[in-house]
Amino acid sequence: MGRARLLSIARQGSGLRIRFDKLGIVIALLVAYGALGASFAVLKPNRIVQGEAKMILAALPAWAGWGLIVVLFLAAAASLFRTSSWLKLVAAFAALVTLALAIGSAASFLAPAGNTYARVSPASGFWLLLFAFMLLAADAITRLRPPPWMRVLFLVLTAGGVGAILLSGSWNGLSIMKEYAGRADVFWSEAGQHVRLALGSLIVAAAAGLPLGILCHRVAALRAGVLNTLNLIQTIPSIALFGILIGPLAWIAATVPGAAEIGIRGIGTAPAFVALFLYSLLPAVANTVVGLAGVPREANEAARGIGMTDRQRLFQIEFPMALPVILTGIRIVLVQNIGLATIAALIGGGGFGVFVFQGIGQTAMDLVLLGAVPTVALAFAAAVILDALIEMNSRVLIGARSA
Amino acid sequence: MRAWLPTILRGLLLLVLIAFLVTPGSFEPLLRPLVQPNAPAIYNQGSLLALTLLHLRTVFIATLVATVIAVLLAILVTRSFGAEFLQLSRSLVNIGQTFPPVAVLALAVPAVGFGEKPTLIALFLYGLLPIFENTLTGLTNLPRSVMEAARGAGMTDFQRLLQIELPLSLPVIVAGIRLSMVISLSTATIGSTVAAKTLGEVIIAGLQSNNLAFILQGGLIVGALAVLIYDGLSAAEAMLTRRAGST
Repeated sequence: MGRARLLSIARQGSGLRIRFDKLGIVIALLVAYGALGASFAVLKPNRIVQGEAKMILAALPAWAGWGLIVVLFLAAAASLFRTSSWLKLVAAFAALVTLALAIGSAASFLAPAGNTYARVSPASGFWLLLFAFMLLAADAITRLRPPPWMRVLFLVLTAGGVGAILLSGSWNGLSIMKEYAGRADVFWSEAGQHVRLALGSLIVAAAAGLPLGILCHRVAALRAGVLNTLNLIQTIPSIALFGILIGPLAWIAATVPGAAEIGIRGIGTAPAFVALFLYSLLPAVANTVVGLAGVPREANEAARGIGMTDRQRLFQIEFPMALPVILTGIRIVLVQNIGLATIAALIGGGGFGVFVFQGIGQTAMDLVLLGAVPTVALAFAAAVILDALIEMNSRVLIGARSA
Repeated sequence: MRAWLPTILRGLLLLVLIAFLVTPGSFEPLLRPLVQPNAPAIYNQGSLLALTLLHLRTVFIATLVATVIAVLLAILVTRSFGAEFLQLSRSLVNIGQTFPPVAVLALAVPAVGFGEKPTLIALFLYGLLPIFENTLTGLTNLPRSVMEAARGAGMTDFQRLLQIELPLSLPVIVAGIRLSMVISLSTATIGSTVAAKTLGEVIIAGLQSNNLAFILQGGLIVGALAVLIYDGLSAAEAMLTRRAGST
C-alpha cells in the first residue's frame, strides 16, 4: 500500500510523463493486427465452399475503408492512455457501431449484383476487432461500476442498436441474414421453443427446488442424501440424459392414459424438458440450502423472541435474507439451461440447436452462426439481468441491516 | 464399519467399470432387454475401452493446459503489476461462462477443422473458468498474519509466491481442477457431434439408431468416470488441506 502510494507520487513528480494503460496496449495491438494484418470479410461463390478473404480496403469502397480505419485507430488511441472510463466507453461504442455498419456495406460492395448464390461473411479480422472493442467496453464498464439499473440500460441500448440495424436492412447482404431470410418462420418458432424449454424448466425446477431446499434445511437427515443424488445426476452427460429419458417417457406415453394427449412423447419436447429440469434441480436446491444456512442465528432468535411462528419466520426473515443466494442459483440454472437447450435439437426437441446441428451437418458455418449467435446473446442478456436483480436484492438487504 | 461403506462402494464401481470395459460381452444379458430383438446390445462400432481412453486423454490434455494457463493468469492478476486486470478478468470469466458449449464447438470448427481439436478448445475454455476462479479465491484469501511473517522474514516476492502462497492455496486450486474435470468429462461427449473420438460416439450412435442400450452404456461409463475422478481429487484435496494445516 505504502509502496504503491510512493510510486504514484513519484510518477506525478516526474511531470508530464504520459501514462499508458496496460490493457490499452493489448487492445491497440489487437486493433492494429485486426485492421491491417487480417482479412475483414470473406466472399464465397456459394454457401458451403471456401471463400476469398478480403482486407478492409478491398472489402469496402475507398472512402469507407479509410474512414473505418481512422475511426478504429482513434478509438484504439483512446484506449491507450489513462483517461476517463466514460471516454473509453464512448470510443468503444463508436467503434462497434462503425464496425457493424461497415460489415453490412462490405456485403453489398463485395457481392456481385444479381448473384443470389454469392455469400459474404465476416472474417477473422472483423471478429478480432469486435473482440478488442468489446474488451474495451467491458473494461470501461467494469471500472465505472455502474449501478444495476444502468447495466440493464446498457443492455437495452445495445439490444435496441442491434435491432435497429437489423430492421434497417443494412445487414441483409450478409450470409447469416440470407440463411435467416430462407427460414424466418422456422427461426421464430425455434426461438420460442428454445425460450419455452429454458424458462419453463427453470420455473418448474424453482417450484420444486425451493420447497425441497427448505425441507433439506429443516431436516438435516435428508440433506446429504438429496444433494448427493442431485450431484450424481450432474455427472451424466447431457446428450446421454436426454437420450436415457426417451425410453421411460415413451413407456409413459404408451401406458398412462391421457399422457400422450398432453404432449408426453418419447422424443421431442418432453425428454428435453425433463432433462433440463433434472439438471436445474441441483443449483436450485443447493443454493436454497446454502442461503438459508447463511441466515444469522441472531435474526432467527430475535424473530422467535417476538413470537413469530415458523411460517412467519420463513417468509418474513429467512427467505428474504437468503434471496440473493437463491437468485444466484436461479442465474446459474437459467444461463446453463439456455446453453443446454441447444442439445435438445439432437432428440427432436427443437430450439436454436436445430440450426447449429443442421449447419454442422451441411458444413454451412453461417447456419451454425444463425443458431449460435442468438443463443449466446440470450444467455448473456439473462446473465446481465439476473446479476442486476441479485445486486439490487443484496443492496436492499445491506440497507435494511445497517438501518 | 459404516465409514468404510463409501470406499467399498467406490471400489466396486471401479471394478465393475473395468470389467465392463475389458469384457463388455459378459454384460450383454443385462442390456439385452433394452433393445429391439435383432439390434446389438453392446456397442459394436469400435472398442469401448479405446474410446474411453481417448475420452480420458482429451479431458486430461484440456484440463492440464487449462490448469497451467488459469493458475498463471490468476498469479499475474494478483501481483501488483497485473492488479488493474483483476476486475476485468473477473468480468471476462463471467461473460465466458455464458457461451454454450455447443456454440463454442461449432464455431471452432471453421478455424481448426473437425475432430479432436475443436473439442480440446471448448474443453479448455470451460476448464479455465472454475480453476481461475478458485485460484483467485485461494490467492486473495491467505491469512494476513502468515503473509506478514513471510515479509518480515525477508522473503522476496517470488519466494513468497512459491513457498507460501501457492502451497497454501493448493487445496482450493485442486477443488477447482476437480470441478473443471467433471464438467469436461460430460462436455467431451458433445465433441462427438463434430467427429471427436469420445464416448459421445456411443451415445450418438444410440440416438441415431434408437438404441437405448448404447445411450445407457455411453452415459453410465462417463458418469462412473466422473464419480471416480471426483472422489479421487476430493481425497487429494483433503490430504492437501491436512498437510497445509499441519505446517
